[in-house]
Amino acid sequence: MASTETRPESRPATKPDLAGLEAGLDALETPTTAKTPVGQLLRDKALPPVAAIALVLALWQLAYHFQLKPHYQLPSPGDVFGSLHTMWLQGTLLGYVWTSVSRGALGFLTSVVIGTPLGLLVARVAPVRAAIGPILSGLQSMPSVAWVPAAIIWFGLNDSTIYAVVLLGAVPSIANGLVSGIDQVPPLFLRAGRTIGATGPRGVRHVLLPAALPGYLAGLKQGWAFSWRSLMAAEIIATSPDLGAGLGQLLENARTNADMPGVLAAILLILIVGIGIELLLFRPVERRVLRGRGLLAGTR
Amino acid sequence: MATEVTEQPVQQDSGVRYAARLDQVSKSFGRPGTQQHVLDGITLDVAPGEFVCLLGASGCGKSTLLNLVAGLDRPSSGSIQTPGGRPALMFQEHALFPWLTAGRNIELALRLRGVPRAERRERAEGLLELVRLKGAHGKRVHELSGGMRQRVAMARALAQDSQLLLMDEPFAALDAITRDVLHEELTRIWAETGVSVLFVTHNVREAVRLGQRVILLSSRPGRIAREWTVDIPQPRRIEDAAVADLSVEITEQLRGEIRRHGQH
Ligand SMILES: Nc1ncnc2c1ncn2[C@@H]1O[C@H](COP(=O)(O)OP(=O)(O)O)[C@@H](O)[C@H]1O
Ligand SMILES: [Mg+2]
Repeated sequence: MASTETRPESRPATKPDLAGLEAGLDALETPTTAKTPVGQLLRDKALPPVAAIALVLALWQLAYHFQLKPHYQLPSPGDVFGSLHTMWLQGTLLGYVWTSVSRGALGFLTSVVIGTPLGLLVARVAPVRAAIGPILSGLQSMPSVAWVPAAIIWFGLNDSTIYAVVLLGAVPSIANGLVSGIDQVPPLFLRAGRTIGATGPRGVRHVLLPAALPGYLAGLKQGWAFSWRSLMAAEIIATSPDLGAGLGQLLENARTNADMPGVLAAILLILIVGIGIELLLFRPVERRVLRGRGLLAGTR
Repeated sequence: MATEVTEQPVQQDSGVRYAARLDQVSKSFGRPGTQQHVLDGITLDVAPGEFVCLLGASGCGKSTLLNLVAGLDRPSSGSIQTPGGRPALMFQEHALFPWLTAGRNIELALRLRGVPRAERRERAEGLLELVRLKGAHGKRVHELSGGMRQRVAMARALAQDSQLLLMDEPFAALDAITRDVLHEELTRIWAETGVSVLFVTHNVREAVRLGQRVILLSSRPGRIAREWTVDIPQPRRIEDAAVADLSVEITEQLRGEIRRHGQH
Protein backbone atom coordinates (compact mmCIF):
# COMPACT_ATOMS: atom_id res chain seq x y z
CA MET A 1 0.00 0.00 0.00
CA ALA A 2 1.58 3.25 -1.11
CA SER A 3 1.00 6.00 1.28
CA THR A 4 2.34 9.51 1.13
CA GLU A 5 1.58 10.06 4.75
CA THR A 6 4.65 10.25 6.92
CA ARG A 7 4.43 9.20 10.53
CA PRO A 8 5.50 11.85 13.00
CA GLU A 9 7.73 9.44 14.88
CA SER A 10 10.19 7.19 13.14
CA ARG A 11 10.55 3.86 14.81
CA PRO A 12 13.14 1.36 13.63
CA ALA A 13 11.33 -0.92 11.23
CA THR A 14 13.04 -4.11 12.36
CA LYS A 15 11.95 -5.63 15.64
CA PRO A 16 14.97 -5.31 17.86
CA ASP A 17 16.53 -8.55 19.02
CA LEU A 18 15.75 -8.06 22.69
CA ALA A 19 17.05 -11.42 23.86
CA GLY A 20 20.40 -10.80 22.19
CA LEU A 21 20.67 -7.31 23.65
CA GLU A 22 19.85 -8.64 27.05
CA ALA A 23 22.39 -11.45 26.81
CA GLY A 24 25.01 -8.86 25.89
CA LEU A 25 24.12 -6.67 28.86
CA ASP A 26 24.20 -9.65 31.20
CA ALA A 27 27.60 -10.73 29.93
CA LEU A 28 29.03 -7.23 30.20
CA GLU A 29 27.78 -6.60 33.66
CA THR A 30 28.29 -9.96 35.33
CA PRO A 31 31.23 -9.84 37.69
CA THR A 32 34.05 -12.18 36.68
CA THR A 33 36.04 -13.96 39.34
CA ALA A 34 39.48 -15.34 38.63
CA LYS A 35 40.89 -18.23 40.65
CA THR A 36 44.14 -17.54 42.46
CA PRO A 37 46.84 -20.14 41.70
CA VAL A 38 47.77 -22.41 44.63
CA GLY A 39 51.38 -21.29 44.61
CA GLN A 40 50.45 -17.67 45.03
CA LEU A 41 47.87 -18.59 47.67
CA LEU A 42 50.57 -20.40 49.69
CA ARG A 43 52.92 -17.48 49.35
CA ASP A 44 50.29 -14.92 50.36
CA LYS A 45 48.64 -16.90 53.13
CA ALA A 46 51.12 -19.35 54.64
CA LEU A 47 54.37 -17.46 54.40
CA PRO A 48 53.64 -14.45 56.65
CA PRO A 49 52.56 -16.43 59.76
CA VAL A 50 55.45 -18.89 59.33
CA ALA A 51 57.85 -15.99 59.09
CA ALA A 52 56.33 -14.37 62.19
CA ILE A 53 56.70 -17.59 64.21
CA ALA A 54 60.30 -18.01 63.06
CA LEU A 55 61.03 -14.45 64.14
CA VAL A 56 59.56 -15.00 67.62
CA LEU A 57 61.59 -18.21 68.06
CA ALA A 58 64.75 -16.41 66.94
CA LEU A 59 64.18 -13.56 69.41
CA TRP A 60 63.47 -16.07 72.16
CA GLN A 61 66.68 -17.96 71.40
CA LEU A 62 68.60 -14.68 71.47
CA ALA A 63 67.08 -13.71 74.81
CA TYR A 64 68.06 -17.14 76.13
CA HIS A 65 71.56 -16.82 74.70
CA PHE A 66 72.19 -13.44 76.33
CA GLN A 67 70.54 -14.59 79.57
CA LEU A 68 67.94 -11.83 79.73
CA LYS A 69 66.57 -13.91 82.60
CA PRO A 70 68.31 -16.77 84.40
CA HIS A 71 67.94 -20.07 82.54
CA TYR A 72 65.69 -21.63 85.18
CA GLN A 73 63.22 -18.77 84.52
CA LEU A 74 63.62 -18.54 80.76
CA PRO A 75 64.46 -21.89 79.21
CA SER A 76 65.36 -22.13 75.54
CA PRO A 77 62.85 -23.09 72.84
CA GLY A 78 64.76 -26.36 72.61
CA ASP A 79 64.12 -27.11 76.32
CA VAL A 80 60.40 -26.52 75.86
CA PHE A 81 60.20 -28.76 72.81
CA GLY A 82 62.24 -31.30 74.74
CA SER A 83 59.61 -31.21 77.47
CA LEU A 84 56.86 -31.74 74.90
CA HIS A 85 58.87 -34.56 73.35
CA THR A 86 59.25 -36.29 76.70
CA MET A 87 55.50 -36.12 77.34
CA TRP A 88 54.92 -37.49 73.88
CA LEU A 89 57.30 -40.41 74.54
CA GLN A 90 55.60 -41.09 77.88
CA GLY A 91 52.30 -41.16 76.00
CA THR A 92 50.73 -38.57 78.32
CA LEU A 93 50.63 -35.60 75.95
CA LEU A 94 47.54 -36.54 73.97
CA GLY A 95 45.78 -37.53 77.20
CA TYR A 96 46.08 -34.00 78.59
CA VAL A 97 44.99 -32.48 75.29
CA TRP A 98 42.07 -34.87 74.89
CA THR A 99 40.80 -34.32 78.44
CA SER A 100 40.67 -30.57 77.91
CA VAL A 101 39.36 -30.66 74.35
CA SER A 102 36.55 -33.07 75.22
CA ARG A 103 35.56 -30.93 78.20
CA GLY A 104 35.72 -27.82 76.06
CA ALA A 105 33.69 -29.40 73.28
CA LEU A 106 31.01 -30.76 75.61
CA GLY A 107 30.79 -27.45 77.45
CA PHE A 108 30.62 -25.53 74.19
CA LEU A 109 27.92 -27.74 72.68
CA THR A 110 25.85 -27.49 75.85
CA SER A 111 26.26 -23.72 75.69
CA VAL A 112 25.00 -23.74 72.10
CA VAL A 113 21.94 -25.76 73.12
CA ILE A 114 21.16 -23.29 75.91
CA GLY A 115 22.38 -20.06 74.29
CA THR A 116 20.55 -20.40 70.97
CA PRO A 117 16.94 -20.50 72.20
CA LEU A 118 17.87 -17.94 74.86
CA GLY A 119 19.19 -15.57 72.18
CA LEU A 120 16.11 -16.11 70.04
CA LEU A 121 13.86 -15.29 73.00
CA VAL A 122 15.78 -12.16 73.92
CA ALA A 123 15.83 -10.96 70.31
CA ARG A 124 12.16 -11.58 69.58
CA VAL A 125 10.27 -11.05 72.83
CA ALA A 126 10.46 -7.44 73.97
CA PRO A 127 9.74 -8.02 77.70
CA VAL A 128 12.37 -10.77 77.83
CA ARG A 129 14.86 -8.44 76.19
CA ALA A 130 14.07 -5.67 78.65
CA ALA A 131 14.38 -8.09 81.55
CA ILE A 132 17.54 -10.03 80.79
CA GLY A 133 19.14 -8.36 77.76
CA PRO A 134 21.40 -6.04 79.82
CA ILE A 135 22.29 -8.86 82.24
CA LEU A 136 23.27 -11.05 79.33
CA SER A 137 25.60 -8.48 77.82
CA GLY A 138 26.94 -7.66 81.28
CA LEU A 139 27.74 -11.33 81.90
CA GLN A 140 29.70 -11.34 78.68
CA SER A 141 32.20 -8.85 80.02
CA MET A 142 32.52 -10.72 83.33
CA PRO A 143 35.80 -12.67 83.57
CA SER A 144 34.65 -16.23 84.11
CA VAL A 145 37.57 -16.97 86.43
CA ALA A 146 35.58 -15.00 89.00
CA TRP A 147 32.97 -17.78 89.04
CA VAL A 148 35.47 -20.49 89.96
CA PRO A 149 35.52 -20.00 93.76
CA ALA A 150 31.72 -19.85 93.92
CA ALA A 151 31.37 -22.90 91.66
CA ILE A 152 33.79 -24.89 93.83
CA ILE A 153 31.72 -24.08 96.91
CA TRP A 154 28.47 -25.01 95.16
CA PHE A 155 29.56 -28.13 93.30
CA GLY A 156 32.81 -29.22 94.96
CA LEU A 157 35.98 -30.19 93.16
CA ASN A 158 34.52 -32.12 90.24
CA ASP A 159 33.48 -31.84 86.62
CA SER A 160 30.27 -29.98 87.47
CA THR A 161 32.33 -27.03 88.65
CA ILE A 162 34.29 -26.99 85.42
CA TYR A 163 31.18 -27.16 83.23
CA ALA A 164 29.37 -24.52 85.27
CA VAL A 165 32.23 -22.09 84.69
CA VAL A 166 32.39 -22.92 80.99
CA LEU A 167 28.64 -22.39 80.57
CA LEU A 168 28.69 -19.09 82.43
CA GLY A 169 31.43 -17.95 80.07
CA ALA A 170 30.07 -19.22 76.76
CA VAL A 171 26.26 -19.03 76.96
CA PRO A 172 26.10 -15.21 77.11
CA SER A 173 28.35 -14.69 74.12
CA ILE A 174 26.49 -17.23 72.00
CA ALA A 175 23.13 -15.73 72.93
CA ASN A 176 24.40 -12.19 72.36
CA GLY A 177 25.82 -13.18 68.99
CA LEU A 178 22.43 -14.42 67.89
CA VAL A 179 20.72 -11.30 69.24
CA SER A 180 22.99 -8.95 67.33
CA GLY A 181 22.76 -11.17 64.26
CA ILE A 182 18.98 -10.84 64.37
CA ASP A 183 19.11 -7.12 65.11
CA GLN A 184 21.23 -6.59 62.02
CA VAL A 185 18.89 -8.36 59.62
CA PRO A 186 17.86 -5.74 57.03
CA PRO A 187 14.14 -4.95 57.44
CA LEU A 188 13.84 -5.27 53.66
CA PHE A 189 14.42 -9.04 53.95
CA LEU A 190 11.64 -9.33 56.50
CA ARG A 191 9.25 -7.34 54.32
CA ALA A 192 10.20 -9.33 51.25
CA GLY A 193 9.67 -12.50 53.27
CA ARG A 194 6.26 -11.38 54.41
CA THR A 195 5.11 -10.60 50.88
CA ILE A 196 5.98 -14.12 49.73
CA GLY A 197 4.20 -15.59 52.74
CA ALA A 198 7.01 -16.15 55.24
CA THR A 199 5.13 -15.04 58.33
CA GLY A 200 5.26 -16.30 61.91
CA PRO A 201 7.37 -19.43 62.50
CA ARG A 202 7.90 -19.80 58.75
CA GLY A 203 9.36 -16.31 58.68
CA VAL A 204 11.73 -17.21 61.51
CA ARG A 205 12.82 -20.41 59.80
CA HIS A 206 13.11 -19.24 56.20
CA VAL A 207 14.15 -15.61 56.59
CA LEU A 208 15.14 -14.50 60.08
CA LEU A 209 17.50 -17.32 61.07
CA PRO A 210 19.31 -17.67 57.74
CA ALA A 211 19.67 -13.89 57.54
CA ALA A 212 21.09 -13.80 61.08
CA LEU A 213 23.53 -16.66 60.43
CA PRO A 214 26.70 -14.56 60.01
CA GLY A 215 26.15 -12.83 63.37
CA TYR A 216 25.28 -16.16 64.97
CA LEU A 217 28.48 -17.75 63.65
CA ALA A 218 30.52 -14.84 65.00
CA GLY A 219 28.84 -15.47 68.35
CA LEU A 220 29.67 -19.18 68.16
CA LYS A 221 33.29 -18.40 67.42
CA GLN A 222 33.46 -16.07 70.35
CA GLY A 223 31.56 -18.62 72.43
CA TRP A 224 34.26 -21.18 71.71
CA ALA A 225 36.98 -18.72 72.74
CA PHE A 226 35.10 -18.07 75.98
CA SER A 227 34.59 -21.80 76.58
CA TRP A 228 38.26 -22.46 76.18
CA ARG A 229 39.32 -19.56 78.37
CA SER A 230 36.86 -20.41 81.12
CA LEU A 231 37.88 -24.05 80.96
CA MET A 232 41.53 -23.18 81.47
CA ALA A 233 40.69 -20.87 84.38
CA ALA A 234 38.67 -23.65 85.99
CA GLU A 235 41.27 -26.32 85.35
CA ILE A 236 44.10 -24.25 86.81
CA ILE A 237 42.24 -23.48 90.02
CA ALA A 238 40.26 -26.66 90.45
CA THR A 239 43.04 -29.21 90.62
CA SER A 240 42.32 -32.40 92.49
CA PRO A 241 43.41 -36.01 92.10
CA ASP A 242 39.76 -36.95 91.48
CA LEU A 243 39.62 -34.73 88.41
CA GLY A 244 41.00 -35.97 85.12
CA ALA A 245 44.08 -33.92 84.29
CA GLY A 246 43.74 -31.48 81.42
CA LEU A 247 46.07 -28.80 80.12
CA GLY A 248 45.21 -26.43 82.96
CA GLN A 249 46.21 -29.02 85.54
CA LEU A 250 49.35 -29.78 83.53
CA LEU A 251 50.26 -26.11 83.73
CA GLU A 252 49.53 -25.87 87.45
CA ASN A 253 51.49 -29.06 88.23
CA ALA A 254 54.49 -27.83 86.28
CA ARG A 255 54.35 -24.56 88.20
CA THR A 256 54.32 -26.28 91.60
CA ASN A 257 57.28 -28.41 90.48
CA ALA A 258 59.12 -25.25 89.36
CA ASP A 259 59.38 -26.92 85.94
CA MET A 260 59.60 -23.88 83.68
CA PRO A 261 59.94 -25.78 80.37
CA GLY A 262 56.80 -27.68 81.42
CA VAL A 263 54.95 -24.42 82.16
CA LEU A 264 55.83 -22.97 78.78
CA ALA A 265 55.01 -26.27 77.06
CA ALA A 266 51.54 -26.23 78.66
CA ILE A 267 50.97 -22.60 77.64
CA LEU A 268 52.03 -23.45 74.12
CA LEU A 269 49.60 -26.38 73.99
CA ILE A 270 46.72 -24.24 75.29
CA LEU A 271 47.45 -21.65 72.61
CA ILE A 272 47.78 -24.20 69.84
CA VAL A 273 44.53 -25.99 70.67
CA GLY A 274 42.61 -22.70 70.97
CA ILE A 275 43.91 -21.33 67.68
CA GLY A 276 43.77 -24.72 65.95
CA ILE A 277 40.09 -25.25 66.64
CA GLU A 278 39.25 -21.77 65.49
CA LEU A 279 41.27 -22.14 62.30
CA LEU A 280 40.21 -25.67 61.43
CA LEU A 281 36.59 -25.56 62.52
CA PHE A 282 35.11 -22.08 62.75
CA ARG A 283 37.07 -20.17 60.13
CA PRO A 284 36.21 -22.47 57.19
CA VAL A 285 32.50 -22.55 58.09
CA GLU A 286 32.36 -18.79 58.50
CA ARG A 287 34.20 -18.15 55.27
CA ARG A 288 31.97 -20.53 53.40
CA VAL A 289 28.86 -18.77 54.62
CA LEU A 290 30.22 -15.32 53.89
CA ARG A 291 31.55 -16.30 50.48
CA GLY A 292 28.21 -17.84 49.52
CA ARG A 293 26.61 -14.48 50.22
CA GLY A 294 29.23 -12.51 48.34
CA LEU A 295 30.42 -10.88 51.56
CA LEU A 296 34.07 -11.85 51.14
CA ALA A 297 34.66 -10.16 47.78
CA GLY A 298 37.94 -8.32 47.60
CA THR A 299 39.45 -9.87 50.70
CA ARG A 300 39.95 -13.32 49.14
CA MET B 1 -1.93 2.10 12.21
CA ALA B 2 -3.21 -1.18 10.86
CA THR B 3 0.25 -2.72 10.68
CA GLU B 4 0.92 -2.01 14.32
CA VAL B 5 1.41 -5.11 16.40
CA THR B 6 -0.44 -4.50 19.61
CA GLU B 7 0.06 -6.80 22.52
CA GLN B 8 -3.20 -7.00 24.36
CA PRO B 9 -3.18 -8.46 27.84
CA VAL B 10 -5.08 -11.68 28.37
CA GLN B 11 -8.21 -10.69 30.22
CA GLN B 12 -8.85 -12.45 33.46
CA ASP B 13 -12.11 -14.33 33.40
CA SER B 14 -13.21 -14.07 37.00
CA GLY B 15 -16.41 -12.80 38.49
CA VAL B 16 -14.71 -9.83 40.12
CA ARG B 17 -14.20 -6.80 37.94
CA TYR B 18 -11.18 -5.42 39.70
CA ALA B 19 -7.79 -6.69 40.80
CA ALA B 20 -7.56 -4.06 43.51
CA ARG B 21 -10.09 -1.62 44.89
CA LEU B 22 -9.06 1.24 47.13
CA ASP B 23 -11.87 3.15 48.76
CA GLN B 24 -11.14 6.46 50.51
CA VAL B 25 -7.82 5.18 51.78
CA SER B 26 -6.00 7.52 54.17
CA LYS B 27 -2.83 7.02 56.14
CA SER B 28 -1.19 9.10 58.83
CA PHE B 29 1.95 8.47 60.82
CA GLY B 30 2.78 9.59 64.32
CA ARG B 31 0.78 10.44 67.43
CA PRO B 32 -2.38 12.51 67.30
CA GLY B 33 -1.42 16.18 67.38
CA THR B 34 1.92 15.83 65.61
CA GLN B 35 0.44 13.60 62.96
CA GLN B 36 1.71 13.55 59.42
CA HIS B 37 -1.06 12.94 56.90
CA VAL B 38 0.67 11.05 54.14
CA LEU B 39 -2.28 9.78 52.12
CA ASP B 40 -5.71 11.28 51.96
CA GLY B 41 -8.83 9.76 50.44
CA ILE B 42 -7.30 7.65 47.70
CA THR B 43 -10.01 5.95 45.67
CA LEU B 44 -8.79 3.78 42.85
CA ASP B 45 -9.67 0.61 40.96
CA VAL B 46 -7.20 -1.52 39.09
CA ALA B 47 -9.01 -3.65 36.53
CA PRO B 48 -7.99 -7.27 35.95
CA GLY B 49 -5.08 -7.29 33.51
CA GLU B 50 -4.68 -3.55 33.68
CA PHE B 51 -1.35 -1.74 33.88
CA VAL B 52 -1.62 1.32 36.09
CA CYS B 53 1.25 3.67 36.83
CA LEU B 54 1.25 5.74 39.98
CA LEU B 55 3.33 8.85 39.56
CA GLY B 56 4.45 11.35 42.15
CA ALA B 57 7.32 13.33 43.59
CA SER B 58 9.63 11.70 46.10
CA GLY B 59 8.08 11.48 49.54
CA CYS B 60 4.50 11.85 48.35
CA GLY B 61 3.49 8.49 49.76
CA LYS B 62 3.81 6.10 46.82
CA SER B 63 5.65 3.43 48.79
CA THR B 64 3.28 3.90 51.68
CA LEU B 65 0.36 3.26 49.36
CA LEU B 66 1.91 0.11 47.90
CA ASN B 67 2.69 -1.20 51.38
CA LEU B 68 -0.97 -0.74 52.26
CA VAL B 69 -2.12 -2.61 49.15
CA ALA B 70 0.45 -5.34 49.86
CA GLY B 71 -0.95 -5.72 53.36
CA LEU B 72 2.36 -4.85 55.02
CA ASP B 73 0.65 -1.96 56.80
CA ARG B 74 -2.92 -0.97 57.62
CA PRO B 75 -4.67 2.18 56.39
CA SER B 76 -5.72 4.72 59.02
CA SER B 77 -9.12 4.77 57.37
CA GLY B 78 -10.75 3.49 54.22
CA SER B 79 -10.66 0.00 52.78
CA ILE B 80 -8.53 -1.97 50.36
CA GLN B 81 -9.68 -5.10 48.59
CA THR B 82 -7.50 -7.43 46.58
CA PRO B 83 -9.76 -10.33 45.65
CA GLY B 84 -6.94 -12.22 43.91
CA GLY B 85 -5.24 -13.00 47.22
CA ARG B 86 -2.03 -11.56 48.59
CA PRO B 87 -0.46 -9.32 45.93
CA ALA B 88 3.14 -9.81 44.85
CA LEU B 89 5.49 -6.93 45.56
CA MET B 90 8.75 -5.89 43.95
CA PHE B 91 11.01 -3.29 45.53
CA GLN B 92 13.58 -0.89 44.19
CA GLU B 93 16.20 -3.13 45.79
CA HIS B 94 16.01 -6.67 44.50
CA ALA B 95 15.46 -7.99 48.06
CA LEU B 96 16.58 -11.46 47.00
CA PHE B 97 17.93 -13.62 49.81
CA PRO B 98 21.72 -13.84 49.48
CA TRP B 99 21.91 -17.19 51.26
CA LEU B 100 19.93 -18.84 48.47
CA THR B 101 20.70 -19.27 44.79
CA ALA B 102 18.58 -17.44 42.23
CA GLY B 103 16.54 -20.58 41.62
CA ARG B 104 16.10 -21.33 45.32
CA ASN B 105 14.80 -17.83 45.91
CA ILE B 106 12.03 -18.58 43.46
CA GLU B 107 11.49 -22.04 44.88
CA LEU B 108 11.05 -20.58 48.35
CA ALA B 109 8.19 -18.43 47.11
CA LEU B 110 6.66 -21.53 45.49
CA ARG B 111 7.14 -23.56 48.65
CA LEU B 112 5.52 -20.94 50.88
CA ARG B 113 2.56 -20.96 48.54
CA GLY B 114 2.24 -24.73 48.95
CA VAL B 115 3.61 -25.97 45.63
CA PRO B 116 4.74 -29.59 46.16
CA ARG B 117 8.47 -30.20 46.22
CA ALA B 118 8.47 -32.31 43.06
CA GLU B 119 7.12 -29.45 40.96
CA ARG B 120 9.16 -26.61 42.37
CA ARG B 121 12.35 -27.08 40.45
CA GLU B 122 10.62 -27.28 37.11
CA ARG B 123 8.42 -24.27 37.77
CA ALA B 124 11.37 -22.21 38.95
CA GLU B 125 13.19 -23.09 35.73
CA GLY B 126 10.11 -22.07 33.78
CA LEU B 127 9.90 -18.72 35.54
CA LEU B 128 13.60 -18.09 34.97
CA GLU B 129 13.03 -18.81 31.31
CA LEU B 130 10.15 -16.32 31.30
CA VAL B 131 12.52 -13.58 32.44
CA ARG B 132 15.14 -14.88 29.99
CA LEU B 133 17.53 -16.19 32.60
CA LYS B 134 17.62 -19.80 31.54
CA GLY B 135 20.51 -21.52 33.26
CA ALA B 136 20.79 -19.04 36.12
CA HIS B 137 19.16 -21.40 38.63
CA GLY B 138 22.37 -22.20 40.50
CA LYS B 139 23.79 -18.68 40.45
CA ARG B 140 24.26 -16.81 43.71
CA VAL B 141 22.68 -13.39 43.94
CA HIS B 142 26.03 -11.58 44.08
CA GLU B 143 27.11 -13.29 40.89
CA LEU B 144 24.32 -11.57 38.95
CA SER B 145 24.26 -8.09 37.45
CA GLY B 146 21.78 -5.47 38.64
CA GLY B 147 19.44 -6.10 35.73
CA MET B 148 19.59 -9.87 36.22
CA ARG B 149 18.82 -9.49 39.92
CA GLN B 150 15.72 -7.45 39.17
CA ARG B 151 14.62 -10.10 36.66
CA VAL B 152 15.07 -12.85 39.26
CA ALA B 153 13.10 -10.67 41.68
CA MET B 154 10.41 -10.39 39.02
CA ALA B 155 10.40 -14.17 38.60
CA ARG B 156 10.08 -14.59 42.36
CA ALA B 157 7.17 -12.16 42.41
CA LEU B 158 5.52 -14.03 39.55
CA ALA B 159 6.07 -17.30 41.43
CA GLN B 160 3.40 -16.15 43.85
CA ASP B 161 0.97 -16.55 41.00
CA SER B 162 -0.89 -13.50 42.25
CA GLN B 163 -3.44 -11.63 40.16
CA LEU B 164 -1.79 -8.37 41.13
CA LEU B 165 1.82 -7.35 40.84
CA LEU B 166 2.87 -4.28 42.83
CA MET B 167 6.11 -2.66 41.75
CA ASP B 168 7.81 0.06 43.78
CA GLU B 169 10.25 1.88 41.47
CA PRO B 170 11.79 -1.47 40.56
CA PHE B 171 14.08 -0.09 37.85
CA ALA B 172 15.08 3.20 39.47
CA ALA B 173 18.55 2.00 40.43
CA LEU B 174 19.40 0.60 36.99
CA ASP B 175 21.29 2.28 34.19
CA ALA B 176 19.24 3.65 31.30
CA ILE B 177 20.05 0.90 28.79
CA THR B 178 19.19 -1.90 31.21
CA ARG B 179 16.06 -0.09 32.33
CA ASP B 180 14.96 0.24 28.74
CA VAL B 181 15.39 -3.49 28.18
CA LEU B 182 13.49 -4.31 31.36
CA HIS B 183 10.64 -2.06 30.25
CA GLU B 184 10.31 -4.22 27.18
CA GLU B 185 10.52 -7.40 29.22
CA LEU B 186 7.90 -6.21 31.65
CA THR B 187 5.54 -5.24 28.85
CA ARG B 188 6.03 -8.66 27.26
CA ILE B 189 5.55 -10.56 30.53
CA TRP B 190 2.49 -8.51 31.40
CA ALA B 191 0.99 -9.34 28.02
CA GLU B 192 1.90 -13.02 28.33
CA THR B 193 0.66 -13.56 31.86
CA GLY B 194 -2.30 -11.19 31.99
CA VAL B 195 -1.32 -10.08 35.48
CA SER B 196 -2.53 -6.69 36.72
CA VAL B 197 0.26 -4.27 37.52
CA LEU B 198 0.31 -1.30 39.84
CA PHE B 199 3.63 0.34 39.06
CA VAL B 200 5.01 3.17 41.16
CA THR B 201 7.55 5.62 39.76
CA HIS B 202 8.70 9.21 39.94
CA ASN B 203 9.84 9.01 36.32
CA VAL B 204 7.19 10.50 34.03
CA ARG B 205 8.48 8.94 30.83
CA GLU B 206 8.67 5.53 32.44
CA ALA B 207 5.05 5.88 33.53
CA VAL B 208 3.92 6.85 30.03
CA ARG B 209 6.12 4.17 28.44
CA LEU B 210 4.51 1.42 30.50
CA GLY B 211 1.05 2.30 31.72
CA GLN B 212 -2.42 2.10 30.27
CA ARG B 213 -3.31 4.65 32.87
CA VAL B 214 -1.12 7.17 34.64
CA ILE B 215 -2.29 8.51 37.98
CA LEU B 216 -0.62 11.59 39.38
CA LEU B 217 -0.39 11.88 43.17
CA SER B 218 -0.04 15.24 44.85
CA SER B 219 2.17 15.61 47.92
CA ARG B 220 1.36 16.26 51.55
CA PRO B 221 -1.17 14.91 51.72
CA GLY B 222 -1.03 12.47 48.84
CA ARG B 223 -4.22 12.77 46.84
CA ILE B 224 -5.04 11.77 43.31
CA ALA B 225 -4.35 14.99 41.42
CA ARG B 226 -5.10 13.87 37.91
CA GLU B 227 -5.32 10.84 35.74
CA TRP B 228 -4.49 10.15 32.10
CA THR B 229 -5.43 7.28 29.87
CA VAL B 230 -2.51 6.38 27.63
CA ASP B 231 -3.75 5.00 24.35
CA ILE B 232 -0.43 4.82 22.58
CA PRO B 233 -0.28 1.21 21.40
CA GLN B 234 2.30 -1.19 22.78
CA PRO B 235 5.07 -1.91 22.07
CA ARG B 236 6.09 1.62 22.85
CA ARG B 237 9.56 2.99 23.08
CA ILE B 238 10.58 5.54 25.64
CA GLU B 239 11.90 7.75 22.82
CA ASP B 240 8.64 7.70 20.86
CA ALA B 241 7.33 11.14 20.03
CA ALA B 242 3.87 10.31 21.37
CA VAL B 243 5.39 9.20 24.69
CA ALA B 244 7.42 12.39 24.82
CA ASP B 245 4.41 14.60 24.08
CA LEU B 246 2.29 13.16 26.85
CA SER B 247 5.29 13.21 29.20
CA VAL B 248 5.68 16.95 28.64
CA GLU B 249 2.06 17.50 29.56
CA ILE B 250 2.24 15.35 32.67
CA THR B 251 5.56 16.85 33.74
CA GLU B 252 4.02 20.33 33.60
CA GLN B 253 1.26 19.18 35.90
CA LEU B 254 3.70 17.43 38.24
CA ARG B 255 5.85 20.56 38.44
CA GLY B 256 2.77 22.57 39.26
CA GLU B 257 2.00 20.20 42.11
CA ILE B 258 5.53 20.50 43.46
CA ARG B 259 5.58 24.29 43.06
CA ARG B 260 2.52 24.66 45.27
CA HIS B 261 4.64 23.50 48.23
CA GLY B 262 7.17 26.30 47.79
CA GLN B 263 4.53 29.01 47.98
CA HIS B 264 3.98 29.11 51.71
N1 LIG C 1 6.76 4.30 59.02
C1 LIG C 1 6.71 5.64 58.85
N2 LIG C 1 6.66 6.45 59.92
C2 LIG C 1 6.60 7.78 59.77
N3 LIG C 1 6.60 8.41 58.59
C3 LIG C 1 6.65 7.67 57.49
C4 LIG C 1 6.72 6.23 57.56
N4 LIG C 1 6.76 5.75 56.29
C5 LIG C 1 6.73 6.83 55.49
N5 LIG C 1 6.66 7.97 56.19
C6 LIG C 1 6.58 9.33 55.63
O1 LIG C 1 5.62 9.32 54.63
C7 LIG C 1 6.01 10.12 53.53
C8 LIG C 1 5.91 9.33 52.26
O2 LIG C 1 6.87 8.32 52.23
P1 LIG C 1 6.98 7.27 51.04
O3 LIG C 1 5.69 6.55 50.92
O4 LIG C 1 8.18 6.45 51.26
O5 LIG C 1 7.18 8.22 49.79
P2 LIG C 1 7.58 7.87 48.28
O6 LIG C 1 7.64 6.39 48.15
O7 LIG C 1 6.52 8.48 47.44
O8 LIG C 1 8.90 8.51 48.02
C9 LIG C 1 7.42 10.61 53.82
O9 LIG C 1 7.34 11.95 54.20
C10 LIG C 1 7.87 9.74 54.95
O10 LIG C 1 8.69 10.48 55.82
MG1 LIG D 1 9.31 5.13 47.68
